[in-house]
Amino acid sequence: MLAIRRLTKEYVPGKPVLRGIDLDVGGRGITAVIGPSGTGKSTLIRCINRLVEPTSGEIVFENESITSLGRAELRRVRRRIGMVFQEYNLVERLTVMENLLCGRLGYVSPFKAWLRRYPQRDIERAFDLLETVGLAAHAQARADSLSGGQRQRVGIARAMMQEPRLLLADEPTSSLDPKTSVEIMSLMRTLSDRHGFPVIINIHNVELARRFADRIVGMTGGRLVFDGAPDAITEQHLKAIYGGEDWLH
Amino acid sequence: MAARTGSIRGAAFPAHWAARAAWVLFALYLAYAASRLELTPARFAAGLEHGARFVSRLFPPDFHRWELLVKGMVESLQIAVVASALGVLIATPLALLGARNLMPAWATWPARALMVLCRTFHPVIVAILFVKAVGFGALAGILALTLASVGFLGKLMTEAIEEISLRQVEAVRATGAPFMSVVMYAVAPQVFSRFVGFVSYETDANLRNSTMVGIVGAGGIGGTLFAAFQRFDYDFVCAIVITIIALIMAGEVLTVRIKKVFRA
Repeated sequence: MLAIRRLTKEYVPGKPVLRGIDLDVGGRGITAVIGPSGTGKSTLIRCINRLVEPTSGEIVFENESITSLGRAELRRVRRRIGMVFQEYNLVERLTVMENLLCGRLGYVSPFKAWLRRYPQRDIERAFDLLETVGLAAHAQARADSLSGGQRQRVGIARAMMQEPRLLLADEPTSSLDPKTSVEIMSLMRTLSDRHGFPVIINIHNVELARRFADRIVGMTGGRLVFDGAPDAITEQHLKAIYGGEDWLH
Repeated sequence: MAARTGSIRGAAFPAHWAARAAWVLFALYLAYAASRLELTPARFAAGLEHGARFVSRLFPPDFHRWELLVKGMVESLQIAVVASALGVLIATPLALLGARNLMPAWATWPARALMVLCRTFHPVIVAILFVKAVGFGALAGILALTLASVGFLGKLMTEAIEEISLRQVEAVRATGAPFMSVVMYAVAPQVFSRFVGFVSYETDANLRNSTMVGIVGAGGIGGTLFAAFQRFDYDFVCAIVITIIALIMAGEVLTVRIKKVFRA
């Protein structure tokens, strides 16, 4: 359903961050992308919804070539791709409810959005999702009054508002404590299983990746160096991905 | 050993000879400029004597022609409010166009150039131009202060927009939201309370300037004030000045209140 072909990205000409990535993601399950900082994981995930413009290569999502779409068509595709961020990226001064409804902005005209005139169905869905993520009591709270874990739940609920066909998560647990990290990962696991959409997660924590992912992709130096099941990844692979070995023991 | 570490570490507070030279040059120029303008104690004493006579003639203030006073003040107030409102209306989209973090260069340069142009001349000079162009009266004052507001608000608003967190913009953009929705949901909430501050500040400035553009015939209390000066009606001048002070203070209190409402 998602096919990435020879994807290259150069922020500075001649210094590629991604060096010809080939990756296929099927219709279900969690794919964890692991790799050292600065190796292009965030760039890879942002190329998929073109928050970052790829330099070359092709990305096909549900039989549509994302890389060759015009602006209006790109927005139409983005509506079907949810995204969760490391720093949550909620609009701090809006309420939780307004943040959730941001997930419907691709479907509502700017004028109606400004007047907060959303279809009743969207509002019902927002309340349902708030119950799912355990924040029903906080609908009218301002996003900047929430804790990190609560914010990430709002971030996930906002992505779920889009009724996504694919969820991208960029280091969703890196700003959270270990217990909250596990809760956030299992929330995404549950939602992915229940609604049947694939998830691509950039993640630092190899243990979390092993525990929650169906598939692990290892990246280093802008290339894929491992692709397999979580229990297939060995210390040798980790050495190849992160370099060195002292940290393993 | 000590010499070696000393040479590596250098002085903790190195002397800035260029800065010292600049201060000396500045002091010399100040002395020169003062001497050229005959800023002498004797001239100052003569001025003080004159001033004392003037002040004594200001009092008691004469409020007999209060109708003229009220008419001028009301017009000034209207000029200030209308010019501020028009200024906000024009400056807001212009500021968005001028923000380098959201707009491409072909949009930011013209928008910024327009804002600089609006700020180039003092409102009184612009008012003179408009009096010549559209004739005496409040319209000239409104146009002059609108232009000044656009220049000033535009600059402040553009800077505020350029300081927003782009993470929030990125997230809203990722949902497939159209540009205007991104502006309303990710940009506006981040800048709104600052905009309220800018607008109240600009309204305050317009209130002060609207009492002045009348001097060049662009409407408001300024014309009455200038006429009173020229006829040496200093007691009426005093009444006008007291009223202007009262109005500015009332405006100050009001803007503080308004800001409080929007800070929620």
